[in-house]
Amino acid sequence: MAAPSHTYTLPQPLPLDGGQAIEGAAIAYETYGELAADKSNAILVCHALTGDQYLASPHPVTGKPGWWERMVGPGKPIDTSRYHVICANVIGSCMGSTGPASAAPDGKPWAMRFPVITVRDMVRGLVALLDGLGIERLHAVVGGSMGGMQALSLAANFPERAARVLAIATTARHSAQNIAFHEVGRQAIMADPNWRDGDYYGHDTAPDAGLAVARMAAHITYLSEAGLTEKFGRRLQDRDAKSFGFDADFQVESYLRYQGSGFTRRFDANSYLYITRAMDYLDIAEEHGGKLADAFAGHAMGKGARFCLVSFDTDWLYPTSESRHVVHALNAAGAPVSFVELSAPFGHDSFLLDVPPLDRVVKGFLDG
Amino acid sequence: MVDASTLRPDLAVIARQVPAGVRVLDIGCGDGALMAALRDGKQVDARGIEIDGALVERCVARGLSVVQGDADRDLAFYPDGAFDVAILSQTLQTAARPDKMLAELLRVGRRAFVSFPNFAYWRMRWALLSRGRMPVTRHLPVTWYETENIHHMTVRDFEELARDLGIAIENRWFFTREREIGPSGANWRAEYALFEVRR
Repeated sequence: MAAPSHTYTLPQPLPLDGGQAIEGAAIAYETYGELAADKSNAILVCHALTGDQYLASPHPVTGKPGWWERMVGPGKPIDTSRYHVICANVIGSCMGSTGPASAAPDGKPWAMRFPVITVRDMVRGLVALLDGLGIERLHAVVGGSMGGMQALSLAANFPERAARVLAIATTARHSAQNIAFHEVGRQAIMADPNWRDGDYYGHDTAPDAGLAVARMAAHITYLSEAGLTEKFGRRLQDRDAKSFGFDADFQVESYLRYQGSGFTRRFDANSYLYITRAMDYLDIAEEHGGKLADAFAGHAMGKGARFCLVSFDTDWLYPTSESRHVVHALNAAGAPVSFVELSAPFGHDSFLLDVPPLDRVVKGFLDG
Repeated sequence: MVDASTLRPDLAVIARQVPAGVRVLDIGCGDGALMAALRDGKQVDARGIEIDGALVERCVARGLSVVQGDADRDLAFYPDGAFDVAILSQTLQTAARPDKMLAELLRVGRRAFVSFPNFAYWRMRWALLSRGRMPVTRHLPVTWYETENIHHMTVRDFEELARDLGIAIENRWFFTREREIGPSGANWRAEYALFEVRR
């Protein structure tokens, strides 16, 4: 895999919720825009499950534009002519930060010896990076989906580190349904004979079939039913009639297969296992004695951060009710919070796509 | 100082009356004009609730903390006494239970400003009496089947409800044709009313 522009090696062991610690963990990151002399204009953008640090620059493997290029850049809602924007690959991932594909102290890949991590562990890694960069307080922490989980976790665990928290299409806890979909993906990977209990790194074959199925199942949860119907309906793929076989007769099948196989080119199957596990373990209330409002006690009236939550009406993965749950906890904690449910046809993926009201909310919140 | 020149008359009175530096919850805050005036003119820590997403978006874009929600349901999530002042402008008549909302208002806020249209305004009475149909006025331009106003009340009704709930009325203002008028014969003469109430 291509080397990222910057890698920060943590000077201290990274302590983990599971009780272990990672020595010499590396965090790969990209930055956009100039950091002000007083370091007050930094925005940390946290990426989603299969995202990476290539926020607004081409992906080195796929060559595709950055995953949030429509949102981040000069004159864009997250304006890099005003802000210094940082995006780092989370630990456990596979784009340059330490994860299961990285070398363990014995020189061999960690594989399944890599410790199970949590979203809070990812955030500890990000905060360690901020320490290394000398950034005490972010102008804002921003994220969608798992990125939003990190933003909320950072607010709960490091309340003094960000002045604004923008969490989009996200949740403070993984539901039974969320866990269930992830378990389908993990079982698909583990059922692939090429997975070899995670020790596939030295072999010619990786569990690509299993990883592709995991991606296909997950991808369905990122879209809305109406969106799928509109995009594909029951239309057939490059044929006039059904084949009475198991080829990808339908366009939607062909699309999912393409999404699945494309994904295996850029993502490590073990990373997928570890990161989905981290998301399933997320329950910010549980981490703070069972009451979500207590998690945000550091943001009571007049101190702490301002919050903004955004949900989408067609997102059934992290529906509006989950954002409201967070908003109510923030209200109870006395934290200043804005919340809006935006209407967009694209399901959970709306946060990545062309939704002009989202641009206005992001810009208004960050600049206000 | 608050620049109240662009605010609706009831909001201008509220902007004048709210002390500097207090915590305010504006329920049904619309596009946030009052909140912005209080924040900029009086360093008020203002929060809002608004049901219309497009209006919430405008509030957020002007840097205000506004939650899209339904006052009937979402007020319950705010702790007791979280605010010095709660504001409910032209919204009480849309509540599922105005009595409960008034009680909630004075649970989360130590005092409250409540404004509402007066359905005993003489033009209303006249429209009902002369034409025998639900009035449509400049101030309430929506037909009966489309209006969000589901609990029509009068100045006298509100005063009676306050008495029944044991709520103290501290101040009252009346308005007709976007101008403040005196209190005499207000239940006839006022198009809408503003009350300052206390637990």
